[in-house]
Amino acid sequence: MSTTIAVTLDLKGLSCPMPIVKTAKAMRDLGPGDVLEAFATDPGSAPDFVAWCKATGNQLLEHSEQDGVYRFAIRKTR
Amino acid sequence: MPARVVVLGGGVGGTLAANLLSKELGRDAHVTVVDPTGMHVYQPGFLYVALGQANGRWLARDERTLLRRDVELAVETAERIDSTEGVVQLARGGSLPFDYLVIATGARLVYDTVPGLREGSYEFYSLEGAQRLREALRGFRGGRILVGIAGIPYKCPPAPVEFVFMAEEYLRKRGLRDRSEITLLSPLNRAFTIEPASKLIQPIMEERGIGLSTFFNVEAVDASAGVVESLEGEKAEYDLLVLVPPHRGQSLIDASGLGDSSGWLPTNRRTLQVGDHERIFALGDATDLPISKSGSTAHFEAPVVASRIASLARGTAPKANYGGRVMCFLETGNRRATALRFDYENPPTPPKPSRGWHAAKWIFNRLYWETVPQGRIPERVKEGSEP
Repeated sequence: MSTTIAVTLDLKGLSCPMPIVKTAKAMRDLGPGDVLEAFATDPGSAPDFVAWCKATGNQLLEHSEQDGVYRFAIRKTR
Repeated sequence: MPARVVVLGGGVGGTLAANLLSKELGRDAHVTVVDPTGMHVYQPGFLYVALGQANGRWLARDERTLLRRDVELAVETAERIDSTEGVVQLARGGSLPFDYLVIATGARLVYDTVPGLREGSYEFYSLEGAQRLREALRGFRGGRILVGIAGIPYKCPPAPVEFVFMAEEYLRKRGLRDRSEITLLSPLNRAFTIEPASKLIQPIMEERGIGLSTFFNVEAVDASAGVVESLEGEKAEYDLLVLVPPHRGQSLIDASGLGDSSGWLPTNRRTLQVGDHERIFALGDATDLPISKSGSTAHFEAPVVASRIASLARGTAPKANYGGRVMCFLETGNRRATALRFDYENPPTPPKPSRGWHAAKWIFNRLYWETVPQGRIPERVKEGSEP
């Protein structure tokens, strides 16, 4: 499967629970297999994204941090 | 010539900023508050109205009675802000030129972004909504109550949690508890955004048999079927649905081209200046700051705005900065409450719920009218010392 990014969300500066809600909204519009990329600065967003993917069954492909910016890549599974 | 200060909005932030400026600058300023209703509403009281613990009369007062005598009150709707010319256009045709502008216009509730919301749910974020919910609760004979948020950001983040605790107590007192289920729908994997608060709240929810449905971001309501759907694809049935409606900034902000796509004002987190407009400030719910939308936030921001405008009017460098301070009470039912005190750098460490904090919340509710709008709250209370 390719990892072409279908949509990129800039969630920098937003505080919890905004990043999760915006991501949930954006994921709704994607098809199965599509990958969403999100950038956030809220330190609480890392555990929230991990838990959200686990709860919704979406696949967290990547989760990294550089200079206080967190990057998440999530593949929609269904 | 005195500095012309226009304050848009006669809520907690606007009223306090106007009074502080008038006190500080005296004859050196002419302060005008513009408010479309001329009535000041104490919004934290809506929760008590919904649960039949207070009536609506207690919650509103004539704004004139809360302002210092030398502050002018214009009961007018502001239609547009011309930020380059420094003029506020009024809906009835007049205009108000300003040297300094304080935008304290708050948030408005929007229902149309969530299908079925208006027909299928109740809310306690307006006086009418709280009264409608009170009647629905009076007629409730048991069943499933779901409580959640239909959009973010929203005012007073602890309010839905307070509501489930207080509704649980209400049903117990009416002998309906064993015939009812109460569930909180949360957008996250915990009961409340702030983790330490969640750790305190969740065990109490469990103890009281209040359900928690996690990662439930409301997408639509099917009023005829009694079903609420989430963005995550879940469906939940209800007999009584209570949802906080989505919030947006006022249309005045859109009309003036000052806000973001949701009508919130891009505001400097320390100076509370709007964008690069050196003479325009924002406070309270109207800002885009990533902190609680609550009266408490506006209460702590107003002295910063007043002090910065007073310095500018005197030609000195403004020194006051907002540190993100917020203080919220959180009712946990059974006449107990806790408190959340935090700022940009320090997350809250809420104390164990106690009768003392519940009493403190009630004393604050009672004393509000004589203290907060006038800037008479003593420092010890502002700091949120233990009761």
